[in-house]
Amino acid sequence: MSNTESLKHLPLEALHEDAGARFGAFAGWRMPLTYPAGVMKEHIHTRESAGLFDISHMQLFEVEGADAAAFLSRACPLDATALREGQSKYTVLLNENAGIIDDLIVTRLGENRYMIVANAGNAAKDEVHLRAIAADFDISFTALERVLLALQGPDAEAILIAAGLDLSDLVFMTGTEPHEGWFATRSGYTGEDGFEVALPVDQAERFARKLLDDERVQWVGLAARDSLRLEAGLCLHGQDLDETTDPANAAILWAVPKALRSEGRFIGAEALQKIIADGAKEKRVGLKPEGRQPVRAGAPLINEAGEKVGRVTSGGFGPSAGHPVAMGYVAKALSEPGTRLFTEVRGNRIALDVHTLPFTPQRYKKG
Amino acid sequence: MSQTYFTEDHEWIKVENGVATVGITDHAQEQLGDLVFVELPETGATLSKGDTAVVVESVKAASDVYAPADGEISEVNEALASDPALVNSAPTGDGWLWKMKLSDESQLEGLMDEAAYKASIA
Repeated sequence: MSNTESLKHLPLEALHEDAGARFGAFAGWRMPLTYPAGVMKEHIHTRESAGLFDISHMQLFEVEGADAAAFLSRACPLDATALREGQSKYTVLLNENAGIIDDLIVTRLGENRYMIVANAGNAAKDEVHLRAIAADFDISFTALERVLLALQGPDAEAILIAAGLDLSDLVFMTGTEPHEGWFATRSGYTGEDGFEVALPVDQAERFARKLLDDERVQWVGLAARDSLRLEAGLCLHGQDLDETTDPANAAILWAVPKALRSEGRFIGAEALQKIIADGAKEKRVGLKPEGRQPVRAGAPLINEAGEKVGRVTSGGFGPSAGHPVAMGYVAKALSEPGTRLFTEVRGNRIALDVHTLPFTPQRYKKG
Repeated sequence: MSQTYFTEDHEWIKVENGVATVGITDHAQEQLGDLVFVELPETGATLSKGDTAVVVESVKAASDVYAPADGEISEVNEALASDPALVNSAPTGDGWLWKMKLSDESQLEGLMDEAAYKASIA
């Protein structure tokens, strides 16, 4: 948080200022952390009605050209040709050791056209990495400048319809381009049904205001975004995923198509095959601390004897769960739900149990 | 007669008959956001000025609350164990944190009064 001068500013910053946002630095951006309602109410409101998130710090990349599918299938453990038009897929960028450079959503938009949504903190690194790969393929690779708004919660679909954007044909993990320069998916990061809508910067304020005119819509900041995603069991790259973790120990192997696990030609394929053959030594799990005291990222996980057996990578309080929630990595033998582990916070030993993820049921609208 | 002091760390200290009741200010609770856990000291513990007396945890982060002077903890606000949000809703009332018997009340001299504190956060 050192140099606030160099932070990037959201195009809709003035709207957040007007809403009374409290700002903080995140991934090089000056981001709304909370609004006057506070993290608890923002979190609960998202689960009960609809929360509006400005996630314009995330980066869209458009890939187009004869080799678009081949390029993506090289860059990611993904069979891009297998995606239907309009279908989205959660995937990752791996290094040669199968370490996770970033996690992404890829959506097929046409015969030879795809959209990538990447994390803010990794966007610059991803772009360098992807452009280097792109040199071997006949594609154009474009970083798009967009405002990206997420409307999440059970009322999201109806609110968008009322605002003139009918996305009711979309099911979870599909996307479309409702207008020139717009890109919308039925997806999100909260565990709720909801949408992410990217649109040209010069149209964004009008659209955001239209949504905010609906009394069901409330701004929700990054603090609640974090508690929502943690309850939903979703990984945050930079905390739960990084280049020292791989799809096997991160427990996101489900995102790698079976056929590619043994004979993929993506970057990191050989390393991942070996990891899978040898068996991951540790695994990402949910953790439920006993009592009310939150256990934070960085806390060590220890066994009864006090030996280190893992680490907490995300932790906080789950406003919907009503108790602290966390996730972390533990030795494979200790990764079964119900396994009792411990941590120490300020000298106090706190018990945690390995817990299934998510902590709160995901409520996506599946097809 | 009681007197209330304020610190630069956004604590208030109300002193009555050598016993200080300590809490955080409305400004502080607003900055911290919704509290979900308050770690209270043991009654009878002796603290020196500047020691961490209480840790308040919001959804996102933990923050220390310091002893404003030397003394012995005489009472803690047990209600916070089940309802830490009292600190948000009534920071200077039901959301008080602890009481301590002061060893040397003169250590509080030089702290701000309410007017000076309000000016400092304006």
